[in-house]
Amino acid sequence: MTGDTLYHKKKRPLEALLLGAVYGAASVSVLLLCGVIGYVFAKGAGTLSWSFLTTVTSALKQTVGIAGNLVNTLYIIVLTLLAATPIGVGAAIYLNEYAKPGRLVRLIEFTTETLSGIPSVLFGLFGMVFFGEVLGLGYSLLSGAFTLTLMVLPLIVRNAQEALRTVPDSYRSGALGMGASRWHMIRTILLPSAIPGILTGIILAVGRIVGESAALLFTAGSARLLPRLGGGLLENVKKLGGKALESGGTLTIELYLQMQNGKYDVAFGAGCVLIVIVLCINLWMKLLAGRWKTR
Amino acid sequence: MKAEKSILPGAGSLIGKKSGAAAERAAQIVFTACASFAILAVASITLYLVLSGTPAIFQVGLKEILFSTVWAPTAAQPRYGILYVILTSVVGTGLAILLGVPVGILTAVFLAEVADERVAAVVKPAVELLAGIPSVIYGLLGIYLLNPAMYRLERWLFRDSATHQFTGGANLLSAVIVLAIMILPTVINISETAIRAVPPSIKAASLALGGSRIQTIFKSILPAAKSGIVTAVVLGVGRAIGEAMAITLVSGSSVNAPLPFRSVRFLTTAIVSEMGYSSGTHRQMLFTIGLVLFVFIMVINLILTRVLKKGGQTP
Repeated sequence: MTGDTLYHKKKRPLEALLLGAVYGAASVSVLLLCGVIGYVFAKGAGTLSWSFLTTVTSALKQTVGIAGNLVNTLYIIVLTLLAATPIGVGAAIYLNEYAKPGRLVRLIEFTTETLSGIPSVLFGLFGMVFFGEVLGLGYSLLSGAFTLTLMVLPLIVRNAQEALRTVPDSYRSGALGMGASRWHMIRTILLPSAIPGILTGIILAVGRIVGESAALLFTAGSARLLPRLGGGLLENVKKLGGKALESGGTLTIELYLQMQNGKYDVAFGAGCVLIVIVLCINLWMKLLAGRWKTR
Repeated sequence: MKAEKSILPGAGSLIGKKSGAAAERAAQIVFTACASFAILAVASITLYLVLSGTPAIFQVGLKEILFSTVWAPTAAQPRYGILYVILTSVVGTGLAILLGVPVGILTAVFLAEVADERVAAVVKPAVELLAGIPSVIYGLLGIYLLNPAMYRLERWLFRDSATHQFTGGANLLSAVIVLAIMILPTVINISETAIRAVPPSIKAASLALGGSRIQTIFKSILPAAKSGIVTAVVLGVGRAIGEAMAITLVSGSSVNAPLPFRSVRFLTTAIVSEMGYSSGTHRQMLFTIGLVLFVFIMVINLILTRVLKKGGQTP
């Protein structure tokens, strides 16, 4: 009886078609992903080796490697975060704790939104002119890091804001009621409670920095040398710091240049490393989100 | 319980600590400065893009730049018409949207309404991962896999043509396919959020009136999620028109009218591929191209704010 109702009898061919399209689209999306990751791994795994990761490409020594690019990537990540995290978290604190709704807040929110919509080529052009030429940094890791600071700022602001919003108001009134000043309350109560959210923003920013290329091509350049170390501790520190003012290409830039020259095996090797990094970042995010939910 | 633990050390330090009013003022000023940084950044980006983009306009003339189709910056008699470049960006983005948006929305429908929890729990992280893959990797796969396939198709299609210029597969169509794949995650994520935000009463009402599952999805839920889906499309347009590194090598290397099997240059790829060797007016023209791209992005941003305001929701 149940199978014979009018409802079940009516066949709608168009519906089957639409449902098919829904399944089809979903499988296309998933296959694309598996295809992209699988293919890069299959092609790149052969290139990966210990020497590929620890040497610098040099015709003289006959080595092919991405060690210099790995170091450059690390430099850009650290320098960018050093600049972007305090500014971003500070902005979020202002928007959430100090600001009263009005013109200024609307303007800040609009410009933050605008920053996240500007394509990276334009950040690259701006960075090249402003940090490179006006501030005289030229093609350097520092110039690239400053450019990326502007780019990842919205990510950090938005996530920190989200985190501050979830801190219960009772924490605030509790601290203020006990006689704490506002700054003291922010420092000792709000920020510790908001750390998971701030960390989420930072990890997302790392992902963005690792994958960025257009903005860095015009600002950080493409050198692939390792910092030359030697001498005393103080000298080494100086040399490591000085590297920030030198040109340096990240992994993505190296990948781009290698594929431009038709050296696809090196490009796929670098791609493999990039995808591993992206996968790790994703996994870390998932773990963090899971831990945050259980809190 | 755990959260309370984290207050304790802070609460302990409250006792006996006296914060001055000066520190209080300073903190407020620092935070305000941090927040104003975004305003400063956007203002200086606008200023410098305009400053470096306008000299070429005065030298070459706006009419020549926008309406001439000849781009020969290194010729003896240099010509700087970027009409084809602009048209390529518009047509390329449009085609990528036509290709990517239906797949994206249908995948979002699958995730939000059709798939059971377990399947969605696998597909959704996969889509998020797709968003995190660096654009150069899409470019690498485009040039390594898509271009040769496209070249075979091209040779077959134009086997009898005497006039066709063979591109080796690096053409508009290849670039459009790469762009369509790249906007998928954006479209899927935002559409899915929009579909999930539709009040359950709408779905319940449709089902109660005898609507089938598909009717409910396509006639009740999707129209109710319209503003979110429009947001997804607009953001997809922004992503596609601003993408550079993935399509620089895939789209070919000469300026042509945007036809599927022609080698073309987008606004973004013109900047990336020519900046290295340009100088003088040519270099200034590349900044002008950047300015044109900036204007496009600003218009898209304005549309987005309009849509969001009308829809009364944030993405």
